[in-house]
This record gives sequence, structure tokens and C-alpha cells, in this order.
Amino acid sequence: MTAVVEGKAIIQDYRIPGGMFARARTVRALKGVDFKVEKGKTLAIVGESGSGKSTLARVIALIDAPTSGELRIEGKPVDIRTRRPGPEMRSKVQMVFQNPYGSLNPRQKIGDVLMEPLVINTDIPAPERRARAEAMLAKVGLQPEHFNRYPHMFSGGQRQRIAIARALMLNPSLLVLDEPVSALDLSVQAQVLNLLADLQDEFGLTYVFVSHDLSVVRYIADEVMVISKGEAVEQGPREAVFANPTHPYTRQLFAATPVTTVASIRARVAQRSMSRAARLAT
Amino acid sequence: MALLNIRNLTVKFATATGSFTAVDGIDVTVDKGEVLAIVGESGSGKSVSMLAVMGLLPDTATITADEMTYDGQDISNLTAAQRRKLIGREITMIFQEPVASLNPSFTTGFQIEEVLRLNLGMSRRAAHARALELYQAVGIPEPEEKLKAYPHQMSGGQCQRVMIAMAIASNPRLLIADEPTTALDVTIQKQILDLLMKLQEDYGMALILITHDMGVVAETADRVVVQYKGKKMEEADVLSLFENPQNPYTRALLSALPENATGDRLPTVSDFFQQEAAR
Repeated sequence: MTAVVEGKAIIQDYRIPGGMFARARTVRALKGVDFKVEKGKTLAIVGESGSGKSTLARVIALIDAPTSGELRIEGKPVDIRTRRPGPEMRSKVQMVFQNPYGSLNPRQKIGDVLMEPLVINTDIPAPERRARAEAMLAKVGLQPEHFNRYPHMFSGGQRQRIAIARALMLNPSLLVLDEPVSALDLSVQAQVLNLLADLQDEFGLTYVFVSHDLSVVRYIADEVMVISKGEAVEQGPREAVFANPTHPYTRQLFAATPVTTVASIRARVAQRSMSRAARLAT
Repeated sequence: MALLNIRNLTVKFATATGSFTAVDGIDVTVDKGEVLAIVGESGSGKSVSMLAVMGLLPDTATITADEMTYDGQDISNLTAAQRRKLIGREITMIFQEPVASLNPSFTTGFQIEEVLRLNLGMSRRAAHARALELYQAVGIPEPEEKLKAYPHQMSGGQCQRVMIAMAIASNPRLLIADEPTTALDVTIQKQILDLLMKLQEDYGMALILITHDMGVVAETADRVVVQYKGKKMEEADVLSLFENPQNPYTRALLSALPENATGDRLPTVSDFFQQEAAR
């Protein structure tokens, strides 16, 4: 098996510039993270806000250059500090963002949204671009008549489909998904997760999936990495992490995830009626 | 006797393309000290029906109801002054985006003290003391310091705690929480839900929790109303809803939970309706 993406000791510092009253300081958002994702697999990065999971996603998606560490994509070392990634590298890695309301230009028609990556990164002629965009619309479950519409005419779930379609236009091998379903309703979330699973099978895609929702992670991930305060505190295959969480932070995450089993609801209802009876008695 | 009683509530919006019915004949009753969850996806009218109760809908909305009473008092035709007496004291509400619900130009302490002074007629000194007490009650660390903090200096979870502190300031008998944890992380969500449940028990408030998250419902509610496209699909106590859902839409919602996934695909709501139609 070949690793599509591999990172070694990735460190990311953010400089906070000093002002009139504050001295400049550095925040270390990632403290040396190692990971490796094989072709066709999904790595889920789990953590709370401020843990550095989105920072890592941005490093993997070649948006930000890490302060130090080595990033390899399909075996080749990539260093965007020294050289901007060319169209070839850009085509390999694409990203889908959390908020589908913010990630689409409100003044750009859907067709143009989908064709833009091809305009920038390839020299495919216009008729072919259009054909590919229309084919991609169908792939993500939208209609051909949506081609000439604007983003505001779509629901959140449809917009996230458009964002996914845009990311797939360049036939990437790696897709970085930063909380792609956390802004969506439960039923729409299920549709988008199904779509992602279908696309992974069809194109042999590799996913890096950032989430704070363990129930989604359990559904979609092959490998799980739990990240807390910039450090990977737990890493391993999904079954191992879910069956036996070792780090206290992971346990805390599990404890916080709502349980929807009938047994747990029965226990809660019983406890409530008991405490209510006790209250009435006093 | 029911605290809030709404019968056959309909809300219509006048739009450019004609009238749109957002809520279609909904009945809601809440008893004293009860936790009611209203569940539905976006567009199901779950927020609109509660905004109608609060009188927060824009002028384009037409609200009709056979009965709309709070504690035996008709609330469908209140004057603005009468409504102010009720809303914000007896009935309070918290919203989805805690950071956006606070005014960024004033300290959180100023904002909560303003509520206390205007709604309860407290003096500045008394309001300050009570605000401190409320911050302690909702578990904000270093309450004295945080009273002087602006909303951008606090995290989302802390801002939601401030909102909750404001909402319980007047010892309300009914608190409406509109997706209070949707913008928050799971660990923070757990803390906020635990806090709401604790306060609900301590103060004996009724709580209406509007949510799309079945996990939140399972952790909090006594009784559940499931709403879809402005209509009530099902109403049941929480245990029987999860154990034996009657309505196909409820079953669809429950099976769309990722943890209930069997096999490779998550069943979606539309799959479910197709199955029902084929039967």
C-alpha cells in the first residue's frame, strides 16, 4: 500500500505581533504531529476547538506552510515555504470547508464555481470544461438546470454538494474535509456522508476528515487521530480507538457524546423521576 | 394545568410569490417544570412556532391560533406593554449563536445588569451583586473579572453561559432554548446541557428545547414533539419515542443517526419515504 499523504513532526507556530501594550509572542498550534494515510482510506482528526485540528488540515491542504516538519504527498516531499505548489500539486489535494454559506462566492454562478479550478490549473478548452462541470453536477446529485443558478438559491446541503463537486473537478487523490457536515441537519448530514462514501468508492479518494462529532467519525473513518492542544494524544485504527480509548481526553470526548440507546434514556428518566419525588418530599 | 397551551397555531408569511405556511396547525402544551423537546430539520417551523409565542416574528407573518394561553392568560392579543411584562420575565429565550446574541460594544456585565435594572427595577449596586451571583450559578470562572469582559474576549461556551444567566435572571417559569448547543463542541455541549438541566430542576422552570439533534433529545427531554414541514408528526414521551417510534418520519430521523448505521450506507429521510410509499 502506498501512502497518499504522510507527515513527520509537523510543527506550526503562529506569530502574534506585538502592539502598543503587548509583546510579540508565538503560539505553537501543532507540536510535532506524525501521520500517514493510505490510498482509499479515511483519516479522521478529532479534537475540540482550539486543538489545532483545522491548522493541521490547512497544512495538509497546502494552504499554510508548516514552520517545520516534512510533508510528503504520494511519496514526494512538498515544501511550499520555498516554492509555491504548481498546478499539478494543486490538482492532487483539494479541500472542502465547514461552512457552505461562506465558501461559495455569492456572485458566481454554480457553473462558474465548478469550472474555475479548470481555468486556473489546466488548459482544457471551454466546451470540455462545461461538459465536465455538468457531469460533476450529476455525480453529486444535482440537476443540469442548477448550472446557471447562484449559491443563494440552494439549501445548506446542496451547497455542501457544490463545494464537494468543486473540490473534485481536478480529479484529486486527496480530499481534506474540514467539518463538512457539522453545519448541516441530521437528515441532510446522512445524505452528504453517503455521497462522500460513494465518491470515495468511485474515484478511490483518500480523505482527511476533520470533525468533533464522534458518531460521524465512527461511521466514516478507517483511522482516527485525537488531537488535543496541538499534540496527537491518540492514534490508531477506528476499532481500537473506539473499543479502548486510553488517553483521558479521548475518554472525556466519549463521555460528552450523547447516548441515544433506549437503556440510557430509561436510566435517565428513572433518575429524574426519583430526584423529582425527593424534591416533592422535602 | 398546563403552563403554556397553544391550540391549532398557524403562521403564514407573505412572500413575493404569495403566502407561505411555515407552521400548519400545531398544538403545543408544556406543564410546569417539564422539559419539552421540539425536533425537526431546518424549515420544519420549529423555531417559528416559538418565535410566534414570543412575539418576535416580523410584520409579514400572520399568526392565527384557536387558543394561545400562558398560565391561563390569553397571550395572542397583548399590547406591547403587557407583552414586555411577560416576555423577558416570565418567559425567556436563548438563541443558537451565543456570540452573535450579545452586543459586541458593551461588556457582558453591563448587558446582564441592564436586564436586571430594566426588567426587575434593581439599583446599580443590587444589579451588580445579583449579576455576580448569576455568573456563579451558571459556572463562569472568575465571575468578577468576567463581568468586565467583552463578548469577543470569551469563548462560545462562556457566551452561552452569559446568555443563560440573563435568561434565568428574573426566575422565569418558562425558558425557551432555540438550538442552544448547535454552535458548540461536544464537550462544551455536554456542559451547557447539564447546566440547563440543573437550573431547570433547581428553579423548577419549564424548558422548551428546540433542536435537530436526536442526541440532545435523548439526553434531556421528558416529552418530544416531532415536526416536519410545519406539521406535527408525532408527540410522545422520550422513552416511547426512542423505543417505539410511531411515525415513519420519526423512524427515518432515528435511523439517520450515524451511530445507528447498519451496513455501509446511512438511511436518509427520503429513502425512508420511498420505502413507505412502496409498501
